Amino acid sequence: MPKQVLVIEDEPNIIEAISFILSRDGWTVKTHSNGLTAVETVLMRKPDVVILDVMLPGKSGYDILRELRDLPQTATLPILMLTARGQTKDRELAERAGVSHFMTKPFSNAEVLAAVQALVAPVGDAK
Amino acid sequence: MARDTLTGSRIRDRRTIAGMKQADLARKAGISASYLNLIEHNRRRIGGKLLLDIAGLLDVEPSLLTEGAEATLIAALREAALDPRGGAAELDRAEEFAGRFPGWSGLLADNRRRIATLERTVETLTDRMTHDPHLAASLHEMLSTVTAIRSAASILAEPGEIEPEWQQRFHRNIYEDSARLADTSRALVSYLEAADDASSESSVPQEEVDAILEAAGHHIAVLENGEARPQEVAIQLAAEASEPARELLLRSLVRYADDAARLPLASLTQVVAQTGADPMALAQSCGVDVGLAMRRLASLPGDVLPEPVGLAICDASGTLTYRKPLPEFAMPRFGAGCPLWPLYQALSRPMMLLGQTVEQPGPPARLFRAFAVALPAGPVQINREPLFQSHMLIVPLSGGAVTGALPLGTTCRICPRTGCDARREPSILSGRGQIGF
Repeated sequence: MPKQVLVIEDEPNIIEAISFILSRDGWTVKTHSNGLTAVETVLMRKPDVVILDVMLPGKSGYDILRELRDLPQTATLPILMLTARGQTKDRELAERAGVSHFMTKPFSNAEVLAAVQALVAPVGDAK
Repeated sequence: MARDTLTGSRIRDRRTIAGMKQADLARKAGISASYLNLIEHNRRRIGGKLLLDIAGLLDVEPSLLTEGAEATLIAALREAALDPRGGAAELDRAEEFAGRFPGWSGLLADNRRRIATLERTVETLTDRMTHDPHLAASLHEMLSTVTAIRSAASILAEPGEIEPEWQQRFHRNIYEDSARLADTSRALVSYLEAADDASSESSVPQEEVDAILEAAGHHIAVLENGEARPQEVAIQLAAEASEPARELLLRSLVRYADDAARLPLASLTQVVAQTGADPMALAQSCGVDVGLAMRRLASLPGDVLPEPVGLAICDASGTLTYRKPLPEFAMPRFGAGCPLWPLYQALSRPMMLLGQTVEQPGPPARLFRAFAVALPAGPVQINREPLFQSHMLIVPLSGGAVTGALPLGTTCRICPRTGCDARREPSILSGRGQIGF
């Protein structure tokens, strides 16, 4: 059964590109654009991986990440965070909130794909 | 090894320019039209005497046919392929790719150049970006757009079949994002030009003073206990500043020393330990005016309060004359701040302390307690209305959302809020339909 990734991002053209490359790699891709209802959507969809943008309408990616980490069912869910803010303090903020992987824009498709694959790979798998 | 697959295309281009039919060139070169057709479509390699003959018939140097202007395009594609972030592009097939898909190759090379230019710009402006919220917000917007363009172009440039519907979709996305990037870039250039104009006028001395006080952490230890006079400190701190900046700084330091004498650091820290960053409680406890209490709270050393507080002071025109911004509560270097700031509301309600929980847009959205008061700026004078100046103290709040928090921003040009009655100009953050102006 294909693994599912939930893309929480409000830039429609980034959503489209990420959806394309992940679908082509065999992933089932679901998307969501509203920060306010993002946590509920994660709980409903039960994805294997979440790609989470920082700048979202209604609620920031950092707040969503913190809320997900506080819930037992999503405490260890692999979450890849995307942001245009690449300063050390932003990375530290994401790491303190419990991010699995942090990626700054502009990123390449290959980087996103590799990061998502690595997040679900068994420990020690060099894929 | 790379094959030159473009010579045929160049022959076709040169023949077209010369107005010669394919059959005529083939006959003059002593080959069949169908063979020349294969050459022109890069299906047959050409060299030696036949290449020299065709070059002679087209009246061009043979090297123009074998190298051509496409060398630059191929170099750009190779550069893109060598980018460690570029994934597993087939470096040895760059020339073939350029030959088979010259349009897509040109688009990819153009976007590659554009991204490289933007990345260099970002690097160059990194230092300024950390101090200029306008620049930071618009560059973040540009980076998101660049990411979308890069992703779509990369998909189109990859070898393999893409369904026509997806091709059209990504082509349209690149077009839309390029237009958005152009709009944001144009707005940014206008902003930077306006900033340059402003910095050559009266804002320069104030900016110099802001930078000096920022470097000192807004705490001047030698003025706290009278170890030095303001004039001495001004000379020391503003050795390389302009004369107007030194005068402004001296005025600020004289006020600092006077404040410190009226509310000494020892008393201040003692009261703050009990009341926290509450200007009203501090003013009542120490018998000083609330404006002075705000200035003293903003001048505390870093280890007294759990988090530093910010302070803005403006004159009766609304011009900021003192800025102590916080990382999540920026203050514009040029122009006025957000019209919703209690700082400005206080000017219309003099002598009344306003207290309001406010929210700055993310990421992440941050809550603050803002206190503002407008007080007479000088001594009482007979038959003259007092001139007021307004203070606003910014105290960071921890915890989650608060009902009734006033949503505000830094300044309209970088504010993403929609439907704001206070908006006086469009945001430079184009896209996402956020302007509503």
